[in-house]
Parts: sequence; C-alpha cells; structure tokens
Amino acid sequence: MDTLVQQIINGLVLGSLYALVALGYTMVYGIINLINFAHGEVLMVGAMICWSVMGLFSDHLPALAPGWGLAVGLIVAALVCAALNVGIEKLAYRPLRNAPKLAPLITAIGVSILLQTLAMIIFKPDYKSFPNPLPTEPMAVMGAVISPTQVMILITTACLLLILMLIIHQTRLGRAMRATSENEQMASLMGIRPDRVISATFAIGAVLASVAGVMWAANFGTVHHSMGFLPGLKAFTAAVLGGIGNLPGAVVGGLCLGLIESIGSGYLGPLSGGILGSQYSDIFAFLVLIGMLTLRPSGLLGERIAQRA
Amino acid sequence: MKNLKPHAWVALLALAVLVLPILLQPLGNAWVRIVDMALIYVLLALGLNIVVGFAGLLDLGYVAFFAIGAYVYALLASPQLLESWGWLVQYFPQGLHTPWWVVVPISAILAGIFGAVLGAPTLKLRGDYLAIVTLGFGEIIRVFMNNLDQPVNITNGPKGIGGIDPIQIAGHSLAKKIDVFGLELRSVTLYYYLFLITVILAFVICHRLEHSRIGRAWMAIREDEVAAQAMGINTRNLKLLAFSLGATFGGVAGSFFAAFQQFISPESFGLMESVMVVAMVVLGGAGHLPGVIVGALLLSILPEALRYVATPLQDLSGGRIDAAILRQLLIALTMVLAMLWRPQGLWPKRKTGVRT
Repeated sequence: MDTLVQQIINGLVLGSLYALVALGYTMVYGIINLINFAHGEVLMVGAMICWSVMGLFSDHLPALAPGWGLAVGLIVAALVCAALNVGIEKLAYRPLRNAPKLAPLITAIGVSILLQTLAMIIFKPDYKSFPNPLPTEPMAVMGAVISPTQVMILITTACLLLILMLIIHQTRLGRAMRATSENEQMASLMGIRPDRVISATFAIGAVLASVAGVMWAANFGTVHHSMGFLPGLKAFTAAVLGGIGNLPGAVVGGLCLGLIESIGSGYLGPLSGGILGSQYSDIFAFLVLIGMLTLRPSGLLGERIAQRA
Repeated sequence: MKNLKPHAWVALLALAVLVLPILLQPLGNAWVRIVDMALIYVLLALGLNIVVGFAGLLDLGYVAFFAIGAYVYALLASPQLLESWGWLVQYFPQGLHTPWWVVVPISAILAGIFGAVLGAPTLKLRGDYLAIVTLGFGEIIRVFMNNLDQPVNITNGPKGIGGIDPIQIAGHSLAKKIDVFGLELRSVTLYYYLFLITVILAFVICHRLEHSRIGRAWMAIREDEVAAQAMGINTRNLKLLAFSLGATFGGVAGSFFAAFQQFISPESFGLMESVMVVAMVVLGGAGHLPGVIVGALLLSILPEALRYVATPLQDLSGGRIDAAILRQLLIALTMVLAMLWRPQGLWPKRKTGVRT
C-alpha cells in the first residue's frame, strides 16, 4: 500500500512534467499540424540557462543565491526559450508552411540536433549538478514520502495550467489561437494575423517547456546537453495518448503516462517474478500507447474526426 | 561532354561505380568501408521509400527491421546461441554456421512478418499517430535487444554479439582478399560488389513495383486515401503490404550489416538511426528512386567526408571545438538548409499529368 502511494506520488510528479511539455507539442500541432521535434531541446536550453544564471548568482551575489538565482534564472530561461522557439519557427518552419508535410519534420529534426550540438559546445558535454535551493527534508504523506521539490512541481504545474486555461479561454489571444487552429484561412478573414498567433503559440509552448526543464533539473539534480531527448519523447507520447491537438488531452495523457510508468516500473518486477525488470518500464508505456490507439485511434480525448473528404 | 546521349551517361556512371572501390583501395580500406556502409544505407532508404515515399505512411521505427535482420544473422551464424544453450552443441558439433543464403531469406521473411505485425494495429491511425506508434515499436525492439541477456542470454544485452561469420560465396570467405588476374581485391571491395548487386536488385524491384498496379495503388492511397478506397483499392491489404515489403529490405540490409561488421550491439539501432533514414528519403525526394539514392549517399558519406573538413576547422578554433561535434553541427545545418532550399527534396519526381 505504501509503495502504491509512493508510486502514485512519483507518477504524478513525473506526469505533470510530461504534461507541461506535451502542451507545447499539442498546441503547435493543433495550429500548424507539425510535430515539433525540437521541443525537447527547448526544455534542455531552459534548464541550461537557469543553471548558468544560478552559477552567476553564486559567483557574484552569494548572499542572494540560490533562492533568487533560481527565480531570476527561471524568468531569464523562460524569456530566452520563448525568443528561441519563435526564432526557430520563423527560420525553419514558416518558409515550409506550404511545402510537403514531411519537409518541416526534417528541419525540426535538424534543428533538434543543431541545438543539442550547440549546447554541447557552449556548456561543455559534462553532467552538471543543479543546485536546489529548496529544503531537501522529505515530508511524510500517508506512509509515503514527498520532497518539497515535488510539492513545488505539483503546485507550479497546477498554476501554469490554470494560467494557460485563462489565456486560452478568456483572452483575445486565446480566442485567436482557437480560431486559427480551427481554420487558419477563415481566421485571417476575421482580422486575425495567423503568423502572430503562431509565434505566440510557440512562445507559450517554450515558456511551459523551459519551466518544466528547470523543474526536471531540480527534481533529478543534474543538467546535461542531451537531457531534452527523453522528456521530449515521452511528452510527445503523452500528447498522442491524450489525443494530439487537444489541450486537456495533453494534460490527461501526461499524467496517465507518468502514472503508468512509475506504477509499472514499481510492480513489473515483482509481478513477473523478476524476469521483467524496471528496464522494461519504457516499453511498457509504449505498449499501453499502442494498445490504446488500437481501441481509440484518435487518443483518449481526441475528437472523432471524420476522414478528410 | 555535352553531346553525350543519355545511355552514354548511364554507361559512364556504371563504369564509374564498377571501378570505384578499386580506385579507392589504394587510399585505404576506410574509404571503401564508407562506401560499403553507404550502400547499406541506400538499401535501407529504398526499403523505407516504399513505406514513406510510395504509400505515404510515416515510419519512425524503421531501424527495428534492420535490427531484426542483423540479430537473426548474428544468432544463426555465431557462437552466441551455443554458448547460452550448451545442449545444442550435440546437434552442431562444428558450431552454428548457417550459410548466408539460408539466413538472408529467413531474416527477410521474419522482418516482413514483423512489418505486418506492426502494420496491423496502425491501420486505422492517421499520419502522426502512426509516427509515434512506429517510433514506439522501434524502441520496444531496441529495449528487448538490450535486455534479453536474462533470464536466458539470447542477445548478450548491451555487450552485443561478436564473432559473427563473414559471408561465404562458393567456399570463399568475403573476409579474405582474393587476387583476380594480379589485381588484389580486398575484403571490403568484395563486400562492395555484393552490396552493389543487392542494391541494383532492390532498385529494379522498387522500379517495377512503382509502375505496377500495386505501386499505383500505393500512390493513390498516399494522395487521398478516401478516394483510393472509393476506386476499389483494398487500402488495408496494400498498407500492410507496404509495411511488410519495406521491412523485408530492412531485414536483408540488417543481415548484410551483421556479416560485414562481424559484430553488432543494440547501440547501432537507436532512434537516431531511424530518423536519419527518414531524413535520407525525404531529403532526397520521397517517392523518387534516384532522389532517394542521392539522399542516402549524401547523408551517409557527408559525415565521413566532413571528418576531413572538420579537422582544419578545429585547428582554426584553436582546438577548442571537437571535430566530431563540429561534424554533427554541419550535418544538422545541411539538413535544415537543404530542406529550406528544396522543400520537395533534392531530386524530386517531376510531376506529370494534370494537377489541381
């Protein structure tokens, strides 16, 4: 029982990180039908920038570090990532908007490798420990433990989701985004500038990803130039699981994937008599995905679209 | 030169391809090896082109079939299985040395079956859902290769399988050099000719497929699935056929790869490899065979050629930037810029007929 509660807590934390990244995938997909392969790299850049800012703080303003360092680093990371993602879209995806569908996919993969390599050059290819300003004393909850970092992750994610929901449903920008994802041409006839909306979408996605990146780094304690790959892949899986293009779907998909993974890896070993260890937890998630998509081809919350005429 | 007729060009090209390894041999085996690997990639790209280029299904886990082919060859022609299961030795006192002309068809068929198995649950899925499912399938295969060293050691896990038999043709092992009329043909050159013949065969198969009823049906599915169905095309069977035929090519390429390297490990079959093969197909011009071949040659030879460009650049930067990193940077830049420059691919198919 205690293990189950523990696995659920871990799963929720992991899942909320997946959800934040998955939102970026799903928003971009909803508007321009592109799998933004470079999205995981944005997460990595966010974590790297925050780490650098925190380093600067502890070097020059040791009195304020690391608490203020983290706060300032988070903001700088979010801004840089937003600019970066908007720039990527302008340079690599926008010129290909009317090209065959696979062309932007290849540039996205190229950008992803490019960012990873640049990060390796700029930040050096070693594992860096990420200083965590939060207390590390874990708290006991129903026989399981939860660290303050994990609590922070859950709270931050909830706040971000709330803000995102307000943006999407209550602001002019949100309305423009919804209209553009429904029908870009029609939206532009109504006085919406699709290019601006798309830029805004990339910026919002990047902010979410960078925050997720910083929290990922704080949770696992290290930053590395290839740290974006796994969360990127998992978040993409989560977005598809929930129904790609669907915002609540991304959140549900992320949380489900996190829970499946942590509960799966906790119980896979004992249940299979030690034959299947936790190293199979990755494919466990994929197997669930494949099984689910066979039953519901458009994801958990994906709307049933008629085949295009 | 300008007045040469097309078939003269073809003859020139054929001659160049035939003598290429002999010209490269004196420069060192490494160069011929690069070309050999490039031919394996051409084979992979031709196979994936059936799925991505002809039928328009995005497959991000293609390397799984490559891995299946490689592991089938490795298991049937190396000491690995006998070491894990000692009782097998009484049946194979000489060791397990299945000849390649038995193994290659087996791995082709097995990969084809796996292709159909992968295709079956994905039939209902639209493009991007398909991408993630195929990607997941690739990862599943890789994780299994990595972890099937317990409870029974089958794949030897991350350590990989070594001591794989080289290919033997007419009693002669391709791992040894032979002399033909005083001309020394090294092992890598012999493999070159084997791979070349295979690639030509694959090209002919693809070309014939493209212009067959099946090929036209695939292209109809690619352009508009609903319309294709309305025309009486059995989209389910044809999609399965595309997956399974494409996988067959991957399986054959994998077997050759295992025999050529004589060592395989799960590292060679990562997601990046799948992505690179997709990039080869799309960058070259999906659906256009010469384009796909150009794409595969470009993306497989470029990294090696850049080795020689990257080193001087590295010296320029005062040795601060590693040559390997620089190479990766240049490849990524090439991918992005080439795609921006020619969104249809470097050498796309000329559109014929009336289009709207």
